[in-house]
Amino acid sequence: MKRIVSLGLLLMALASPAWAGLKVFATLPEWGALAQIIGGREVDVFVATHARQDPHHVDARPSLIARARAADLVVANGAELEIGWLPVVLRSAGNAATVPGRPGYFEAAAQVPLLEIPARLDRADGDVHAAGNPHIGLDPRRVLTVGEALTGRMAALDPAHASTYHANWQGFASRWKTAVDGWSAEAAPLKGATIVVHHTAYPYLAEWLGLKRLGALEPKPGVAPTSAHLAGLRAQMAGTPVRAILRPPYTSEAPGQWLAEASGVPVLAVPVAPAEASEQGLRDWYAGIVAQLVKAAP
Amino acid sequence: MVFKHVPSAPLALALSLVAFPSLAASDAELDELRAQVRALRDSYEHRLAELERRLARQARPAPAAAAAPAPAADGARGFNPEISLILQGQYRKMKDIDERHISGFAAVAEHGDDAHAHGAGSRGFSVDHSELVFSANIDNRFTGLANFAMADGEVEVEEAWFETLGLGHGLTVRGGRYRSGIGYANQQHPHAWDFADASLMYQALFGEHASYANDGLQLRWVAPTPVYLEFGAEIGRGANFPGTDRDTNGVGSGALYAHLGGDVGTSHSWRAGVSYLNARAEARHSHFEDVGGEEVHTNFTGTSRTWVIDGVWKWAPDGNASQRNLKLQAEYFIRKERGDLECNGETGSACDGGVDSDTLTRQSGWYAQAVYQFMPEWRVGLRYDRLDPGRRDYGVNNANIAREDHNPHRTTVMADWSPSEFSRLRLQWARDQSMAGETDNQLWLQYIMSLGAHGAHSF
Repeated sequence: MKRIVSLGLLLMALASPAWAGLKVFATLPEWGALAQIIGGREVDVFVATHARQDPHHVDARPSLIARARAADLVVANGAELEIGWLPVVLRSAGNAATVPGRPGYFEAAAQVPLLEIPARLDRADGDVHAAGNPHIGLDPRRVLTVGEALTGRMAALDPAHASTYHANWQGFASRWKTAVDGWSAEAAPLKGATIVVHHTAYPYLAEWLGLKRLGALEPKPGVAPTSAHLAGLRAQMAGTPVRAILRPPYTSEAPGQWLAEASGVPVLAVPVAPAEASEQGLRDWYAGIVAQLVKAAP
Repeated sequence: MVFKHVPSAPLALALSLVAFPSLAASDAELDELRAQVRALRDSYEHRLAELERRLARQARPAPAAAAAPAPAADGARGFNPEISLILQGQYRKMKDIDERHISGFAAVAEHGDDAHAHGAGSRGFSVDHSELVFSANIDNRFTGLANFAMADGEVEVEEAWFETLGLGHGLTVRGGRYRSGIGYANQQHPHAWDFADASLMYQALFGEHASYANDGLQLRWVAPTPVYLEFGAEIGRGANFPGTDRDTNGVGSGALYAHLGGDVGTSHSWRAGVSYLNARAEARHSHFEDVGGEEVHTNFTGTSRTWVIDGVWKWAPDGNASQRNLKLQAEYFIRKERGDLECNGETGSACDGGVDSDTLTRQSGWYAQAVYQFMPEWRVGLRYDRLDPGRRDYGVNNANIAREDHNPHRTTVMADWSPSEFSRLRLQWARDQSMAGETDNQLWLQYIMSLGAHGAHSF
């Protein structure tokens, strides 16, 4: 019995480090980056996925449960993007603070208007999300809106550092607006350009840069490309000048490559999340995408 | 009465314009009318423009200060539980063996139709029971789930539990009927299995359902450590094999378990566990063969204790499981049973008239399996099962009950295709040598379809 008690005490000692600020569990790197930018040194940010992972399909790994157990704030993308794993992780963690609906649970997609809200819900249409397309991170203007709401949430959860959070955010927001104007100007020649996508991960990017989508390699969202569908798409592309084929890096290369060779349109691996959860990571992400697209002249 | 409220001037204007365009109006009056119409039109256009401006403002991304609320499902429909229906069935080719069992292991004697058992099952075409699953948050403190298994003329409650939501401090309490947290595969429903049937270990341990379920309470605690460490304790009725329903106020069975898990790099993750199950049986009925090959019936009364160690290792290149991934899984058990054994048989059998004895058994077994997804949608798997009937001391009944010296074993290979996470078609072949003297080459062609909401699966 004594041994059990001392083991318990040891565990509790491990449990309460000298940390005073917020522990943030972010599902995607872009939201981790925002939490880090807002929180600065006052927060400890854990990011559950990385840019090379398909955020739809992540295992509810034990390590994620351990992290969710310790979190003060979960920053999720929402719009059902993480429906395959986050609910299990949160329920298994036994953390009262981060139950959906409580202040410790924040959803980015709930802060901005969504695109591609399906008119009907039918699994025959593939992996449709009832709330709309969840890949909002690819629009830096929406990211700004999300960050502003997140600042409010973090300030409410940790009033002692509220002024720091607001100050950090103000600084970032003005830098960000300048950066977005820069990218928008750089991407001006892309306005009206046509793209083909592998997965419907880019509607927010398209809206921001004024791109038009001709079609998708996946016959339905989340359904692997078939040769018949690809052939149809190729025929469709023959009549229209297409600037590029956009592919999330986690999808298989082969279908895009085939279509690129068949149509002469370059295929670009366009990340759906920043490589690093930091301000620089966010900047490199958008700057890289704009540069990729501008360079991919037809 | 009614007409008194109609404004008379516009009415007169309209009438005069429509009915007497040329007769009633002089030039001066016409000009006046035109001016009035223009004024009306200007006013409406102004208002329209104002409305359009407002609409456009609302369509633009909302400013953060007035963040748009999460789009809620419409009306009361949104409050309904998540429902999923799982359809499962197969074609199965196997030997015609009477009283299929695992040599040397006691099982609950099944009388009559056992077509819906997960372990045995019928030959040829058949449908498994259809699982109907409801789940939802009950309120801000509780969440619940019910899983009904339906087959012709029967509905079985596989699970029906509530669970606390955010008790905090890593604690969760579950109450009702639930699949125990012991082992690794125990909590998985058949539709989540990586093979069409359960491992021999789970069939030997828990009989028909190849999973231990209990009516009672479960307490889980996730330790606040950087590595995943979870403890669980359960108490309950203990009515299921290896225990029996004993009609007492006390606790029929209890379980304890601990899980440890983590990641190695970005591509590997693992979980390991140890579990203990204690159950009591009263007149637990089984069939055995006596030394002369006749069937005898036994009733076991005593305690059954089971230890399980389990381990799972998953590999997904760069943590991206959608293209390729590998899952290795193995479990090992030891079961000790101690108590009394009452052996009965017909005239001429060794237990004619009934023979009581002490009994003490110590049995063990394991399985190991690997499932590899080599490209999206396609997986192949290999499983090996082996059991050791171990020590069986039936006291004076040693002279009556045959103790087959056979290590049941089986090798299984499978390939499955899952066009989406909602459908799966599987081909499986097994060389089953779980019965002494029988080699049964089994072929399965199975489908698993899930309709409706589909909850996330745990690790």
